Amino acid sequence: MSDMILLGTRKGTVIVDRSNAAWHPRPILHAGIPVCYAARDPRDGTLWASLDHGHWGPKLSRSRDGGTTWEDVLSLKYPQGARYIVKYLPTPDFDPAAPVGQPEYKDATVFKIWNLAFGHADHPRRLYAGTIPGGLFVSDDGGDSWELNRPLWNHDSRGGDLFAGEATSENRWFGTPASIDYGVFEPGIHSIVIDPYDSNRIRVAVSSAGVLESADGGRTWQNRNRGMLMDYLPNPEAEWGHDPHFVTGCSGQPDHLWQQNHCGVFYSNDGAQTWKKVSLPEAGVHFGFPIAVDAQDGRTAWVVPARADSERMAIDGGLYVARTTDGGQSWQALRSGLPQHDVYDVVLRHGLDVAGDRLCFGTTTGNVYLSEDRGETWQCLGNHFPPVYSVRFG
Amino acid sequence: MPTVKMTRHLFRFFPALENRPITVPAGSVAEILRAVDEIAPGFTDYVLDERGALRRHVYLSVNDTIVVDRETLSDRVPEDGTVYIFQALSGG
Repeated sequence: MSDMILLGTRKGTVIVDRSNAAWHPRPILHAGIPVCYAARDPRDGTLWASLDHGHWGPKLSRSRDGGTTWEDVLSLKYPQGARYIVKYLPTPDFDPAAPVGQPEYKDATVFKIWNLAFGHADHPRRLYAGTIPGGLFVSDDGGDSWELNRPLWNHDSRGGDLFAGEATSENRWFGTPASIDYGVFEPGIHSIVIDPYDSNRIRVAVSSAGVLESADGGRTWQNRNRGMLMDYLPNPEAEWGHDPHFVTGCSGQPDHLWQQNHCGVFYSNDGAQTWKKVSLPEAGVHFGFPIAVDAQDGRTAWVVPARADSERMAIDGGLYVARTTDGGQSWQALRSGLPQHDVYDVVLRHGLDVAGDRLCFGTTTGNVYLSEDRGETWQCLGNHFPPVYSVRFG
Repeated sequence: MPTVKMTRHLFRFFPALENRPITVPAGSVAEILRAVDEIAPGFTDYVLDERGALRRHVYLSVNDTIVVDRETLSDRVPEDGTVYIFQALSGG
């Protein structure tokens, strides 16, 4: 089990260490800079933070000495010629069936580096990063240089190869509200799942398009939204337009994948070939952002339910984590140690993590809670953190 | 030679630019910024995006005139000009 927790917060990176049977936060790092994701590479111990500078553009920051010193990595950029077809926020009279007009193109620039994933043991220096506007970047040198995955960028579902010229198909990816802060309405890749037994099998989740899988190391990508249902477009089973909030997989049973979606909780036990909705709205398990899965048992997962959809806060003023141990057939509300009155917290998509028997989550209200018994009981690590964007065990 | 002045927020990332006059050869705003980048490598990644356009909340003026061409930074900076780089801060 890990003795380090990294928090990405609105005001910087906070590392919380366990020593003498207690957890101690260090002084804030990257002070004043929003950090949308922070994590530790388990292969070499490098710490990473994705800085979401409001003014100076997104940057990656890297520490190779456990967090004492950090260096900027400035090499994650869209290549010349990378374009996308602009999307606009749907207006009240939006008609998804209306004929599509002439595409409007825009040169791509990175708005947000939303998450990072660390490569397979086969590729000890490989890293993945997902961005708004919907780029998957890969580094094979420990983050010194990055390359856009062009097959995904050029996918037919996005208009085809716009490096080569005009669109050859329709752009069927929608934007994510998370992009509105940057003055756009473009998609974002927030989840990257590398199969621990097959480094060529990569799954990404996109708001708002859905899940895509590559079985050949990123050379080709396939839609993996079968069984997905949405409640905001006329066809709930449409091929594209789904809004996974976060997707994660069981490292010991990689065919078991979980998805907290805008429209419910979904589970797959066949490697994302099909998804099954396992929400239980009467138990509050439906809307939310994060999801975590046990490393050994692919049927065990945790979510932090929130009130859907426009209110986005704890349900009925009480904070709880819901756990299933049977693939989503039943859910248990875990409340011991969590506040049950006058609570308005919400946990964002990267704000929950599991490592062995330990779980930790952080809220946009700046509260951080830890369980060391798989969610049965919780302790508070602090009530005065900045709004928390990500929680990852180191 | 034109002078470059900037918000001190940038000195946090580029201490090499602090407590010194910054003078660079006259030219377009783009050329001026490239010259600053030679003093402090990585500087342009903070004020420009990968297309070379000014970032959304970054403002730049030549003397008291806000730069017009935010995309290619073609505005000219005269020999005796001063380039000011600042940003729009807001919120908490």
